[in-house]
Amino acid sequence: MEPSDHLFRREAGRMVAALTRIFGVHNLALAEDVVQDAFCRALEVWRFRGVPENPSAWLMATAKNRALDVLRRQRTARTFAPELGRLLDSEWTLAPTVEELFGAHAIKDGQLRMMFSCCHPRLPGEAQVALMLHILCGFSVDEVAAAFVSSHDAMEKRISRAKKVLAGSRKLFDVLSSDDLALRLVAVQRALYLLFNEGYHGASSESAVRADLCQEAMRLTRLLLDHPPAATPATRALFALMCLHAARLPARIDAAGDLRSLFEQDRSRWDTNLIAEGQSLLDLAATGPELTEYHVEAAIAWVHTTAHGAEDTDWEMIVTFYDRLMGLRPSPVVALNRAIAIGQRDGPQRGMEEIRAIANAERLTAYPFYYAALAEFELRSGRHERAREHFLTALRFARNPMERRFIEQRVGACKAGTPVGMSRAGEH
Amino acid sequence: MSEFVFLYRGGEAGRSPERAQQSMQKWMAWFKELGQNGHVKDQGQPLERTGRLVKGKQKTVTDGPFPEAKDLVGGYTLIEARDLAQAVELSKGCPILDVDGAVEVRPVMKLNM
Repeated sequence: MEPSDHLFRREAGRMVAALTRIFGVHNLALAEDVVQDAFCRALEVWRFRGVPENPSAWLMATAKNRALDVLRRQRTARTFAPELGRLLDSEWTLAPTVEELFGAHAIKDGQLRMMFSCCHPRLPGEAQVALMLHILCGFSVDEVAAAFVSSHDAMEKRISRAKKVLAGSRKLFDVLSSDDLALRLVAVQRALYLLFNEGYHGASSESAVRADLCQEAMRLTRLLLDHPPAATPATRALFALMCLHAARLPARIDAAGDLRSLFEQDRSRWDTNLIAEGQSLLDLAATGPELTEYHVEAAIAWVHTTAHGAEDTDWEMIVTFYDRLMGLRPSPVVALNRAIAIGQRDGPQRGMEEIRAIANAERLTAYPFYYAALAEFELRSGRHERAREHFLTALRFARNPMERRFIEQRVGACKAGTPVGMSRAGEH
Repeated sequence: MSEFVFLYRGGEAGRSPERAQQSMQKWMAWFKELGQNGHVKDQGQPLERTGRLVKGKQKTVTDGPFPEAKDLVGGYTLIEARDLAQAVELSKGCPILDVDGAVEVRPVMKLNM
């Protein structure tokens, strides 16, 4: 049989999580070596004998046996996970303990612990995300660097620094009995949100890479949903928001490989299963007193899924949600999207006024869609020349060939006499 | 048709899971193609990287010396080809060459005296 896409990458995360629980977080590097060994072995054996019936189980068993080896040989030289106490010291308890920690449930639990541990308060948000991608999703340093459009050296530094903090954190975050689970959960949700967004809106030019990031973020968020203390309304709202956005992914790139704005998309290509899942989760999320930015963002995405196009979109409701979002988590990008929604509701003139009124707009000066939004409103006001200028500025800041082509097409639309489309730049 | 042994020496597995998987998929595709063209007599076996060396009249058994990792034989395949030239040509598709490895192509001696 053929191994499924990214099997090794996915298994890498599961194996490292299980091994780190046994070896202790201070032996993270050892856990990574054992995983590497397991892959070498798979490569050596499978290429001659073919991929086994259950490749994941084969890899897990190989990692487990190697772990037992290491534990027996290095028992006196090293200390392993302090949480396991003396369980690894005697042959009587060693094998059953390791066996248990490689069980399906324990592996899930191990990944959760690792996820929470990666979101160590001493690490900045981007480092948390990079670390999760590297350790839990099996991305190499180069792959993480490509996802974040960063240099290999910079990413290498960021990840190795983050690993040091993680390895120095004495023990993995205990998701079962930790008092500060709620607090750390906020950081985990944030990191997963960033990971998803990097895939959805990020600068990487490879749409395959970006779709992978969205998928990984959803896979990890699902782990939270499966763990009751972490399956809070906010987690559900976060997952709803991911579903409702991911549903649009198939329509975002058209047959020619070009980016399509939200209003040019062929909505029949939106993934109805994901929309349904997102909606039902959003319903489930509407319990308890807490209203988070994830709730509001998911609600906005949901409103879009109920419309056929810009014309019948409930802009009134979307503006209300953006007002809410500005109260919860104000940022220039949120303000820009709010301004665009107001422009849709009240006309281009009002939209432009709102854009000009954005606080901290200087943080948008390198954001191509800031200029693109201005341009769209100018265009709809019939000022083609001004629109063109704004689009040309946007073009200077395009972050990848896809964005460049998208904006170039809009520049082309500015020729006087061209019918004005309903394209909108802020969202896609 | 003559028989040849391919000995695979060295080769890095690649540091990232994705690379390792890609490498494996290349191997499988290569073997598949060889097999479809009727060149695989026996796909062969992987060899452990550890073992013993038994040497001389004294039959001394040691853990080594083994060649350096880059020269270590990691497996073999029995190939059928018209002649050495064709066997060499076939070996050029081996994915081990992408990762600093080598294929040693050795004709199996014919006993047709």
